[in-house]
Amino acid sequence: MNYSKRHWSLILGMLAALLLVSGCNKGKHPQPPQPPPTPAPTANLSANPNSIQRGQSATLTWSTENATDVALDGNKVDPSGSQTVSPTETTTYHLTAKGVGGTQEATAQVTVAAPTPTPTPTPAPTPTVTDDQLFAQNITDVYFDYDKADLRPDGQQMLARAAQMIKQKGWRVQIEGNCDERGSTEYNLALGERRADSAKQALIQGGVSADSIKTISYGKEKPQCTESNEDCWQKNRRDHFTLLH
Amino acid sequence: MHRVKTTVFALSLLTLTFFAYTPRATAQGTVKLEINMGQERPRIAVPDFKTATGDPQTAPLDQVFNQTLWNDLDNAGIFDMVAKSFYPAQQPGQPTELTAKNWSDPPPNAGVVTFGNVGVNSGKVEVQGWLYDVKNPGAPQILGKQYKEDATPDNARIIAHRFADEIIARLGGGINGIAESQIYFVSTRSGTKEIWSMDYDGANQKQVTKLGSLALSPRISPDGSRLAFSGLTKESWQIMMYSMDLGRTVAFPRYHGDNFSPAWSSDGTKIAFSSSMHSGLSEIFVADASGANPRRLSTGKGDVSPVFNPKTNGQIAWVSGRTGLPQIYVMDADGSNVQKMTDQGYAVSPAWSPNGLLLAFSWVRKYGPGVLGGEDIYLMDIASRQIVQLTHDGGRNDFPSWSPDGRHIVFQSNRSGTEQIWSVLADGTHLQQLTRQGRNTQPNWSFK
Repeated sequence: MNYSKRHWSLILGMLAALLLVSGCNKGKHPQPPQPPPTPAPTANLSANPNSIQRGQSATLTWSTENATDVALDGNKVDPSGSQTVSPTETTTYHLTAKGVGGTQEATAQVTVAAPTPTPTPTPAPTPTVTDDQLFAQNITDVYFDYDKADLRPDGQQMLARAAQMIKQKGWRVQIEGNCDERGSTEYNLALGERRADSAKQALIQGGVSADSIKTISYGKEKPQCTESNEDCWQKNRRDHFTLLH
Repeated sequence: MHRVKTTVFALSLLTLTFFAYTPRATAQGTVKLEINMGQERPRIAVPDFKTATGDPQTAPLDQVFNQTLWNDLDNAGIFDMVAKSFYPAQQPGQPTELTAKNWSDPPPNAGVVTFGNVGVNSGKVEVQGWLYDVKNPGAPQILGKQYKEDATPDNARIIAHRFADEIIARLGGGINGIAESQIYFVSTRSGTKEIWSMDYDGANQKQVTKLGSLALSPRISPDGSRLAFSGLTKESWQIMMYSMDLGRTVAFPRYHGDNFSPAWSSDGTKIAFSSSMHSGLSEIFVADASGANPRRLSTGKGDVSPVFNPKTNGQIAWVSGRTGLPQIYVMDADGSNVQKMTDQGYAVSPAWSPNGLLLAFSWVRKYGPGVLGGEDIYLMDIASRQIVQLTHDGGRNDFPSWSPDGRHIVFQSNRSGTEQIWSVLADGTHLQQLTRQGRNTQPNWSFK
């Protein structure tokens, strides 16, 4: 084809104008305001949990904005998403978010600890660590008045709730009755027995079977504190509950 | 055996005289306690026994012997001890060296004199001792004894105890001396509560049990061969039995629930204890001494601390919280005929006197959340229900136990700042602290 000279000079003129315009940006002459630049990408990366034992897994979760090209340690991924990882050593993960407005990186580290030596296997079913915590959080000490073995209203309420949890979990419970230091050694063993029995009866009323409950009295032999004041005495006039394994 | 004429040794019963004090009276009567012994207490002179040999061991063993003999006779509570400052210069080591008149005349004015000598030969300590009636014409000999043991301070003490008991047996109205008796108690000094033993005067304290857990409520059998106590296992409280002969615990039946506070019948055939095996609440049971055939006697709430009447074994006293605060009760040994003995305050730890006529117990007469009154040892005459206060000096006093001669009571007290074992004559005199190390509680005096 045959482009006329006029056609070419028009194009060159336009190009020159473009170059001039772009070149003018770097010049000292005041320029008209630039149109707003494309926003830079944002990137967020997190690991949960961020500390595991070897053999366990963590979940990486990320989100980005204004990115067209997102990669997790070199592998292309969606702009936002999550992935499960099981590193065998402490590892730092890199998320790279590229967009028209630039590139943004984010990192997250998963710390890997060697597991503690495996204890000898216990027969199933056994209460787990979580069960002990659950038990301790929900079945709390019950306190008594001076020389009394009657449950107070708050004790009764706790035991009513506790009965449900004990039944549901199939737990076996030990109730330990205690007394303050002032009474006589032998009588306090008997009083502690009554206190433990009070709580036992409340649990039975709540539907727990008697076979699942064991009582023992410590009298005043295992105090929580030893000061001779009402504060401490009250702390010792208690039933304490433990989960039998 | 010569009879001594001047004094009537009719010592038998302990009788109480007191101003009008009854369990219901709010005013506290004062107490006068008299040990009824007939006309007068024998005046006894106890000069130091002479050293018979030159062996260097002799002097220290002689000193131990003399101190022990003096204390045993003084502690017995039946003699008027002639003060050493009144003694004549001569120290008789043999009957031929005794000039009776020097002792029977004032200032000593003694009725009887005990004297003798201590020697060490070839590693053996030998003691010769006599008891003479110096008031009667001819100054007759009441007692002459000879002892020989390995030469150790322990044996010097043992010989003195034996000799003192011989004197007391002759002059004490037929009731044996307690100088060879033992006291069992709970001590924390090894780190955990274990059962310990000691001589009646606090000497020779040694650990008996090694449970490593919690051992409470020691009760020695009447023949001294077995020690019952409450021990805490991983699961529960159980009555445990320690053989003093074998030096270890021996098998004893384990029962359901918690089992504690054992007590022997004085014929050694039965053991009473508190157990929750039946109802989950503490009740009184009686079993054979082997622990077999437990039978439930009481049905109260919180029944504990049973003790047999040692004179008859036909009754049991115990503590029950069935009406609220603990009170003392008595029933027949088959569980019938329940009587309530106290009805106010907080009453625990009953202990029968050997003659079966008195109950010692620990009592807080005013008990409540506000004002906590003192806790003292009281004596109750069972027939009349009259009560007398034995301790007065403050602190918390608990777990009285009678000596076999019925004249002394050992108990625990925190009057010195920590819980310790103390002994006292039943008239309130001769108060002595027996333990000092660690915390020491729940004393139990042997049967003989």
